[in-house]
Amino acid sequence: MNAIATPTNELHIRGLAKRYASTQAQGGELQVLQDIDLHVPAGQFLSIVGASGCGKSTLLRLVLGLDDQYEGRIELDGQSISGTGPERGIVFQDHRLFPWLNVAQNIAVGLRNASISAAEKRDRVAEHVALVGLEGFEQSWPHQISGGMAQRVAIARGLVNRPRVLLLDEPFGALDALTRSRLQNELQRIWQKERITMLLVTHDVEEAVFLGDRVVVMQPNPGRIRRIVDVDLPHPRSRSDPRFIALRDDVLGDFLDLPVHPAPVQRPWPQGAVTTGGLRLAW
Amino acid sequence: MSAARPPEGAQHRSAQHEGTPVSVDRAELATLAPLRSQSAGRWRGLVLPVAFIALWWLSARFEIVNSALLVSPAKVLATAWEQIETGRLFRALSASLAREATGFLIGTTAGLVLGALLGLSPLFNRIVGPSFNTFKQISLFAWIPLISVWFGLGDVAKVVFLSLAALVPVVVNTCDGIRTTPPGLLEVARVYGYTRWQTITQVVLPAALPAIFTGIYLALIYSWLATIGAEYLLVAGHGIGNTLVEGSEHFRMDLVIFGMVVIGLVGWLMNASARALERRLSRWTGR
Repeated sequence: MNAIATPTNELHIRGLAKRYASTQAQGGELQVLQDIDLHVPAGQFLSIVGASGCGKSTLLRLVLGLDDQYEGRIELDGQSISGTGPERGIVFQDHRLFPWLNVAQNIAVGLRNASISAAEKRDRVAEHVALVGLEGFEQSWPHQISGGMAQRVAIARGLVNRPRVLLLDEPFGALDALTRSRLQNELQRIWQKERITMLLVTHDVEEAVFLGDRVVVMQPNPGRIRRIVDVDLPHPRSRSDPRFIALRDDVLGDFLDLPVHPAPVQRPWPQGAVTTGGLRLAW
Repeated sequence: MSAARPPEGAQHRSAQHEGTPVSVDRAELATLAPLRSQSAGRWRGLVLPVAFIALWWLSARFEIVNSALLVSPAKVLATAWEQIETGRLFRALSASLAREATGFLIGTTAGLVLGALLGLSPLFNRIVGPSFNTFKQISLFAWIPLISVWFGLGDVAKVVFLSLAALVPVVVNTCDGIRTTPPGLLEVARVYGYTRWQTITQVVLPAALPAIFTGIYLALIYSWLATIGAEYLLVAGHGIGNTLVEGSEHFRMDLVIFGMVVIGLVGWLMNASARALERRLSRWTGR
């Protein structure tokens, strides 16, 4: 599906706002997102960078469709999104692989409800194992592989269904610095090869500038867009390119001159979040 | 002896394995540590029993204590041989094990159904949960008078008692395992459009499996303990518990000690086989 990237195959976010009920906030409500307007053309890599609590992960959850309680509109290809859907893939910060499935089976989770034949599913899984460079690890269990490899599996699972948009929620945030830069290079290569729209949420300015065609800088209280920086550098990029360094420092400046954040506000769980809570047996 | 209550910490031992990303170095530690302690600990574990038997033999041999209260190991061995040779051990043990298996199967099956309903359906939990929580507080042996009045002293009464013993740990652990499915994994199921049925069978149940197995394992141990209790308290028919009663009534300490050793051995065998099975079933936890 990504092959026919028509000009209308794009993501539009208009007037998006999100509030949570919160006993700690003034008026009992916490404005997490306000006036978010974004237009992401098909095939673009958009980075969203901001400090903790600026609502960037919430924004991604809304686009993913895990939470339907918001104001404004989110349109993909001119259609309002409703719920989750196969055209939107996701890579979470914690890889969220099923520990009882091996690498190949975990990637196949992304195809569980795809209407293609079993043989085709096998081919797709093999193709995506190769894409993320995990040949030979198909039969490994999640507890046997490193965090970086687990995140590769998660990327393959997110891509295997050929989504039109891949959402990445701080995908490398839990990895060590060396693994992180290696996977950033990998992600750049995968994006160039697959040519699908990607939305990356991160608190790492260098990562945002290195990968993004555009960098959306967000600020908290309420979560809103501070500015959007175009990164007009050719891919593949080099971290030692002076233009890259200049842009990175420019964006970094946005965070250094911000006034000191007042008392941190506890962010409640999103309302639409899946909970298993309720009555618990006291034993 | 409160058989209905699992030891603290024994229930749901799997919690730390669920959903948490296991790093490679932790997995390596996990595979190295038991190897070392096993090779050294296997023989050290025998020191205490051997010393105990030696002390027992010496005190019986030199009549340090009253020989009527403490018979010699040789006497116990002779009794063991007599019980085996006459087929009385086989009769008693097979009757006990048949009872144990029946009660365990009924209790576990009912426990799985009830636990799954309590874990999966909030409505069912609101209606039945509080009653069950009250019910399980009643000590298992407090049921004996009621059971003996309703079902007599025969096999039916004993199996009902064993089923109750097996039921509670299975319900509690199944329900708990289902309810502690990592929310992150449930979100993954939502993202990939899993139906409710797919979510239950392919996410919730696999995630709950280690806890469910803990429940079944506890049910096996408890129903064995309850078998002895039932045979001792509802005296009628054959069984290894009746062997104990007989030994006690005739003041035959050799028979009592022999019965205790058999009960212990059976329990140990159940424990060992359940653990081996559990290791095979939960290979993904990396234990």
